[in-house]
Amino acid sequence: MEMFDLSIIWAGIIGFGVIMYVLMDGFDLGLGILFPFAPDEEARDVMMNSVAPVWDGNETWLVLGGAGLLAAFPLVYSIFLPALYIGVFLMLAGLIFRGISFEFRFKSRRNRHWWNRSFAWGSAVAAFAQGAVVGAYIQGFQTEDFVYTGGAFDWLTPFTVLTGLGLMAGYALLGSTWLILKSEGHVQDWAYKITPILLAMVLVVFAIVSIWTPFVNPFVWDRWFGHLHLIWIFPVLALFFAFLVYRSVKQRRESYPFLATIGIYVFTYLGLIVSQWPMIVPPNYTLWDAASAPESQLFLLIGVLFVIPFILMYTAWTYWVFRGKVRVGEGYH
Amino acid sequence: MELDPLMLSRIQFAFVICFHTIFPVFTIGLASYIALLQALFFKTQNPAWDRLALFWTKVFAVVFGMGVVSGIVMSFQFGTNWSNFSLATSNFIGPLLSYEVVTAFFLEAAFLGILLFGRGKVPQGIHLMAAALVALGTFISAFWILAANSWMHTPAGVELIDNRFHVISWFEAIFNPSFPHRFAHMAVASFITGGFVVAGVSAWFLLRGRDPEANRRALSMCLWLLLFLTPLQAYVGDSHGLNTLKYQPTKVAAMEGNWETSTSVPLLLFALPDQEAQRNLYEIGIPNVASIILTHSMHGEVPGLTAVPPEDQPPVAIVFWAFRVMVGIALIMIAVSFVGLFLRRNQRIYESQLFLKTLVSMISLPFIAVLAGWIVTEVGRSPWLVYNIMSHAEGVTPSLTGWMALFTLIGYVLVYAVVFYAGIYYLTRVVRNGMLPEQEQASVNRDADRPKRPLSAAHTPFDDDIDPARS
Repeated sequence: MEMFDLSIIWAGIIGFGVIMYVLMDGFDLGLGILFPFAPDEEARDVMMNSVAPVWDGNETWLVLGGAGLLAAFPLVYSIFLPALYIGVFLMLAGLIFRGISFEFRFKSRRNRHWWNRSFAWGSAVAAFAQGAVVGAYIQGFQTEDFVYTGGAFDWLTPFTVLTGLGLMAGYALLGSTWLILKSEGHVQDWAYKITPILLAMVLVVFAIVSIWTPFVNPFVWDRWFGHLHLIWIFPVLALFFAFLVYRSVKQRRESYPFLATIGIYVFTYLGLIVSQWPMIVPPNYTLWDAASAPESQLFLLIGVLFVIPFILMYTAWTYWVFRGKVRVGEGYH
Repeated sequence: MELDPLMLSRIQFAFVICFHTIFPVFTIGLASYIALLQALFFKTQNPAWDRLALFWTKVFAVVFGMGVVSGIVMSFQFGTNWSNFSLATSNFIGPLLSYEVVTAFFLEAAFLGILLFGRGKVPQGIHLMAAALVALGTFISAFWILAANSWMHTPAGVELIDNRFHVISWFEAIFNPSFPHRFAHMAVASFITGGFVVAGVSAWFLLRGRDPEANRRALSMCLWLLLFLTPLQAYVGDSHGLNTLKYQPTKVAAMEGNWETSTSVPLLLFALPDQEAQRNLYEIGIPNVASIILTHSMHGEVPGLTAVPPEDQPPVAIVFWAFRVMVGIALIMIAVSFVGLFLRRNQRIYESQLFLKTLVSMISLPFIAVLAGWIVTEVGRSPWLVYNIMSHAEGVTPSLTGWMALFTLIGYVLVYAVVFYAGIYYLTRVVRNGMLPEQEQASVNRDADRPKRPLSAAHTPFDDDIDPARS
């Protein structure tokens, strides 16, 4: 296109969708990961109730991202999915199991422990698989002539296992700070207690991944140790927000820990994007290589630009309706 | 044994889509039915309509939820197992599938919540409008999916450049030659499915004497509807078949079990197609009838399978028998609908035990017919993914190995078995506890405590010893 680059617009839309998904499904997956460690069944009720009204809306962004990729950057879709074949299956299975446990856990008592397990395992597996995807993206994909040519487990390396565990810890951190925001009493005390531990885990993985990444991918090395000094602002800001999380937990603030955790995510995400930009299927293809035909990008853009404001409004409205604390032994009022 | 990733991927896709299709084919019809019930309540203020609408909205919520869960896998499967196809067709299929997602979410965001949870909280007119828009939305979703599917059968409006399809005319690509027929056939099938399920469940309630006033109305409505729709579907199906004859003659040849192109072809009632020998064993047929159906002339010419080389033929036996299953069920449905008309004298449709029990036993038949129909059309186009342009073998993911495909096939079967078991088990409980006045009322009052999700609209507990305060 002459007037404006549709591929850039689409990269913006999908990039926005991804971070929305990570933040929003992140905290509810994180609560699932923390589920087995909760002090008691009452705490589990509170945890689940705190996300029950919003989790399926959160997953909207995943499906929108998947379909949007096929339409706007089909090469990403047709290389990532074959390369991550087993991981994608595990993620979907995990999401399905935790999805139905949301529905059936509240409706059952005798079978409740099964739904608890299904919720915890489903969340953990989905989070790990997503973290491994991030690692696989940093590693890059073996391709030839626009086709994935690697093996079934190229996505599962020590590096991606680390990123997988890292994202589990990261989601758990989002979950615990969310719980601080949404709970009170002994449940909130527990959330305050575990947050620094989770933060430490996240920072350890963050440090190892940051040091390891330039060695995994020479392109990333050049990016960080080339001329672009300004990009160091992203990791610095991420660390600053990590400090804010720590301090606000010590001060027993209620909303700051969650908001500061979002800050960590946003700047880590931006750091990840500048590491690879404009590579969208590293190491061989840029986002323009991966783009679909301009007329196809434009055809869908019209509909998406129309609907995204509605989704945002609906999302905001839902969060507004279900604002406030979730108390032990009750649902929403 | 060598595991074939192509065959396993096809089986996996068939399994996932068959499983998924069960839910939308029902919700499309049911959404319109709920809108109709709401409209009748709005107009007459007769509470019987409201009770029916409330009950069927609960069923809708559960089925819709299961449809969404099983549909998530679909949107990834194109990439995992059919990456070459995805890349080649993405310029057209990508935006269409995305529009479906966008439509579905838009609907869910705006109106499904009002339909499921707005009862008594928003004005009746708004609630009715939400129901109507949800019904409209299910059709729009079906529109996009069927346009994409039909394009794969009868590709149009595109140009192939460097192994990628580029859209020249969106209108021609979306409204491709088989699309109007397929859409009409599927829309009517959805109404018939909804009709038989509602009729069957109403009959079940009537057999137990539960809320006879409302269920009699529901049963009567459905039977009127089916009386017109089942013959109409025969007509729509016939015109779809003629369209297939024009664009995919090999498929029609497989449906008829006709190997050699010839005139005065009989309609085979029974045969065992032998692909290897390229002929049928044990044929039983009615002379000239296939010619009459397909060409509307006694001695018309019907295409044969041998017009294409054996490797370009679909597996004939599957197509042949699936077609007979579909048509056989259709004939039963037409017959039962007419029996219903006959039994209206002296109100016997409400009282004849045999008739009511027959309706209950027929609940699963429309689903089987729909799946059989899809098997006819999808297996019948084999070996083509995009008809006459791209074969299944060309579309499959090159890096996929047999064991990977087998692993996920088994995995999806297991996951869906659990989902299906839990879902059907729960749905059965919703129906069993349905249409009991005092309970319905209590559940409405408890709406405020419940999170806003589709399944939450059904309040039935999952197992028996439930603490009612928490359900």
